[in-house]
Amino acid sequence: MTPSPSSAEISRVFAEEYGRCVATLTRVFGDIDLAEEAVQDAFTVALVRWPADGVPPNPGGWIVTTARRRALDRLRRDAVGRDKEELAVREAPPEETDPEEEGPVRDDRLRLIFTCCHPALALPARVALTLRLLGGLATPEIARAFLVPEATMAQRIVRAKNKIRAARIPYRVPRDADLPDRLPGVLAVVYLVFTAGHATAAREDLAAEAIRLGRLLAELMPDEPEVLGLLALMLLTEARRPARTAPDGTRVLLADQDRTRWDHDLVTEGLDLVRRCLRRDRPGPYQVQAAVNAVHASAPDAASTDWRQIVALHDQLLALAPSPTVALNRAVALAETEGPEAALAIVDALAERLDRYHLLHAVRADLLRRLGRDDEARAALDAALARTDDPDDRALLEARRD
Amino acid sequence: MAHYLLSVYQPAGGEPPSDTELQEIMGNVAQLQREMQDAGVWVFSGGLEAPDTATVLTASGDDVLVTDGPFVELKEYLGGLTIVDVPDLDAAMHWARRSTEATTLPIEVRPFHWAP
Repeated sequence: MTPSPSSAEISRVFAEEYGRCVATLTRVFGDIDLAEEAVQDAFTVALVRWPADGVPPNPGGWIVTTARRRALDRLRRDAVGRDKEELAVREAPPEETDPEEEGPVRDDRLRLIFTCCHPALALPARVALTLRLLGGLATPEIARAFLVPEATMAQRIVRAKNKIRAARIPYRVPRDADLPDRLPGVLAVVYLVFTAGHATAAREDLAAEAIRLGRLLAELMPDEPEVLGLLALMLLTEARRPARTAPDGTRVLLADQDRTRWDHDLVTEGLDLVRRCLRRDRPGPYQVQAAVNAVHASAPDAASTDWRQIVALHDQLLALAPSPTVALNRAVALAETEGPEAALAIVDALAERLDRYHLLHAVRADLLRRLGRDDEARAALDAALARTDDPDDRALLEARRD
Repeated sequence: MAHYLLSVYQPAGGEPPSDTELQEIMGNVAQLQREMQDAGVWVFSGGLEAPDTATVLTASGDDVLVTDGPFVELKEYLGGLTIVDVPDLDAAMHWARRSTEATTLPIEVRPFHWAP
């Protein structure tokens, strides 16, 4: 036993073990609400006991054991729970076993992710459930992160849990044959959490949570290249965080970033993952986006970026997952290889579909300026400014207008 | 095992399928029903007459009010239904996927709260 853990240490155990414990208890009791309540009870007990007794050698096992006792207590108090109690007693290992055996079956968290991200649940509900059950985030935190009133978020979570129970959404990892259909829904949730965390510096915790989930998936499904691709994409993007903000708090674009400030451990890890993906040779959208970021990460400065490679990767991405925003990003790269005129033709062709997207107008402004068409460039910048309220975006655009 | 209702939603006043199309659809539906029976999940299926053949009865005090026509007029109406008895939603969705392919119409999956 380690003496007198700090509350920070208990918080760290909570972040690392919460999802694992809820997943195990859900398997044992077949009831998400009961599992959550019991795990929260167990952490409340830990907050009292651990500062005096020290953190047990296997904190997760301790929480699971304590939570299971708590859940059984709850069920005993509740006559309706008799069947569940019998079930739990039957499925639970004997109390005297090694603490390791109290630990989760390896796949418990994977099962829980696939339940939370079931296609019968709407995407916002999947995101909320995943953050709540696997990340241990409280409902008000999730509500704040997605700018939704707390009552709305609480209702969303209750409704989703109720549907899981009433419609019998199964608690299992899909068969291999169904994985190609089911995995993208899981990865989309993780990436949405990451982009929510990346959009504002204040939500760094969400990006960290997404990376934690990405690492978990990569550990549990090491043979799925898109899982590795998503993790690589997140790591390479996160690596640039220290260089994304100037000392005065404004945002710094990729081309202007001080690359020595990138997190080089994350870059190395991300590049390793991209190489592992390349060896598998089963490309998918996340892997290709990771590869684009790997090209940027491999350039010592903006001028030595291999733009030809980036254009080729965007061609591949357009073939795998066509979208106008991918086409816009491709045009940005193409301006470096073919010149601004060729890029402008593509951007103009996208103008109707992306008219409401401020970056379309910002890219247009840049290309027009490079072609010496200054009046049109200024008008395009004004169009971009009219389409965003984000203070960081506006600051960058206004700086370019002057 | 749990019961699920697979409801077929039909657009009101839409262009009806041609006789050959209808024959193909009916063949696919009959084939799917046989598959459900072979899999041991089929409980009941049926196609409904149009909503304007409906009659609504409402208890009101000691009286029962009778009205001609459907309970609500909607742009889509319940055109038919299948009840399956399967372990979970994934299995119910498997049969719903097959049903929407066979009927070419949207299928709503709803779990039964209780069933005999």
